[in-house]
Amino acid sequence: MSGNGPSLAAPAPPPQKPKIAGMIAIGVWIAFAIAFVIYFAKAFDTTLIARFGWSYLSGLWVTVSLVAVSFVLGALVSLPVALGRMSANPIAGGSAFAFVYFFRGTPLIAQIFLVYYGFGQFHDFFEAIGMWWFFREAWYCGLLSLALNTAAYQAEILRGAIESVPKGQWEGGRSLGLPGSVIFFKVVLPQAMIVALRPYANEIILMIKASAIVAIITVYDLFGETRQAYSRTYDFQTYVWAALLYLALVEALRHATNWAERRLTVHLKR
Amino acid sequence: MRLAPSLALAAALSALFAGSAVAQESDADKDWSKVVIGTEGAYPPFNFLDAAGELKGFDVDIAKALCAQMKVECTFVTQDWDGMIPALQNGNFDAIVASMSITPEREEQIAFTSKYYQTPPAVAVPKDSEITEATDAALSGKAVGAQVSTTHAQAAAALFPDADIRQYPTAEEYKLDIENGRLDAVVDDVVVLDEWLKSDAGACCKLLSTLPADPAIYGKGIGIGLRKGDDKLKKMLDDAIVAIREDGTYDKIQKTYFDFDVYGETPAAQ
Repeated sequence: MSGNGPSLAAPAPPPQKPKIAGMIAIGVWIAFAIAFVIYFAKAFDTTLIARFGWSYLSGLWVTVSLVAVSFVLGALVSLPVALGRMSANPIAGGSAFAFVYFFRGTPLIAQIFLVYYGFGQFHDFFEAIGMWWFFREAWYCGLLSLALNTAAYQAEILRGAIESVPKGQWEGGRSLGLPGSVIFFKVVLPQAMIVALRPYANEIILMIKASAIVAIITVYDLFGETRQAYSRTYDFQTYVWAALLYLALVEALRHATNWAERRLTVHLKR
Repeated sequence: MRLAPSLALAAALSALFAGSAVAQESDADKDWSKVVIGTEGAYPPFNFLDAAGELKGFDVDIAKALCAQMKVECTFVTQDWDGMIPALQNGNFDAIVASMSITPEREEQIAFTSKYYQTPPAVAVPKDSEITEATDAALSGKAVGAQVSTTHAQAAAALFPDADIRQYPTAEEYKLDIENGRLDAVVDDVVVLDEWLKSDAGACCKLLSTLPADPAIYGKGIGIGLRKGDDKLKKMLDDAIVAIREDGTYDKIQKTYFDFDVYGETPAAQ
């Protein structure tokens, strides 16, 4: 398993003297930070927290659960799709390609509208086949759209990661007489996961933000609750709160990714 | 020290940001020969885009009559409902003529003319519905649709606390969803519901009853929204509303849309 781990960091470059352009750039960022703090301290209104605090928390929970469940479902769907993409069989390869092509090539907002309002037109049909309970609920429609969408992206991440594992790993496994499934799940996939970890984290971050779209199909996620609060107060700090909560989610995820990377690459440390 | 210039720049910029809060300017030195009017264009029969993409409706015709009365040149722009007030404040247009109720919450942000119509809210249900009355008990646990950020959505939440209130971006979507069987009832202006129920699209549903218009939510009827400080424009529009009501223009316009009086009670002199 040597030779394909992350390359160790190059020696640090010699320290540079700060340049004027860099100073200006930093100055602008500091200015934004200071202006933001001043604005927020001025606009901060505790009565708004009392009024909308709980709805923000419930919205946060909807966003987190929606992203978590659809990411896991998408991961399950992505495995056969990724295998299909790598398959020599034209039917498996073609259908996997079509799946990825459609879900990556069309906007998520169109997919959600199609599933929610489009499928809604056929409610008689869905009632007849006993699936209307599923499509009736906006939450399930959002979940389905997000899961299928992320499955397409995850399939490509997975495929790239699996293909990055050198062929020698397969050959070594075969020479030991291991069955193909054992080589895949015990040898290749764990190594692929190291490569896939960062793209996966990236995908979750994109999903956290993309999930705000479900607000238009009446799901009160964090963004939906924010719109409610804004429409009652016309105060932009309601959006600032939402931005900070999304930021906190992404920051937590970043730390979780770093932790997972340390765990996964523990055998590569020297 | 090299950091000093960037900090000075930062301080200057942040002062600029913090001081940029919108000041209330008076319109005393504007001549108002041209007025830009914002409307939604998705709320028939009050404002909508016809098959040719032209803005039509009661709001639009009233606005045109007022402009003719004031002898000003008016242009129309369409704007999504929940961004209407910020767009007015940012100066994208000068007046909101979009069936906006004069509510205390909105009056904190913008100014209003006196009302130009006032119609009660109502509830519509599917034709085969078992709901016989518009009470919280009858609608308990039922899915009730309304347009997001409207007085009707607020009223639905206040009158039917045990119902599951769902909010849609425009009236079009809740109409689709009650047709699709996802909603048990919808709340909107009686005229809007009536117009829809008379059309082919509204064949699914029937009017259940009108609702009491709580003044705490619905305020003083429907007015034209203006920036605070545009007192001259407000005076011009207020006078024009009186004038078109007196010279019969108002009646002529309302007869093309309705077979009853939408103005409601004459408000007490202010």
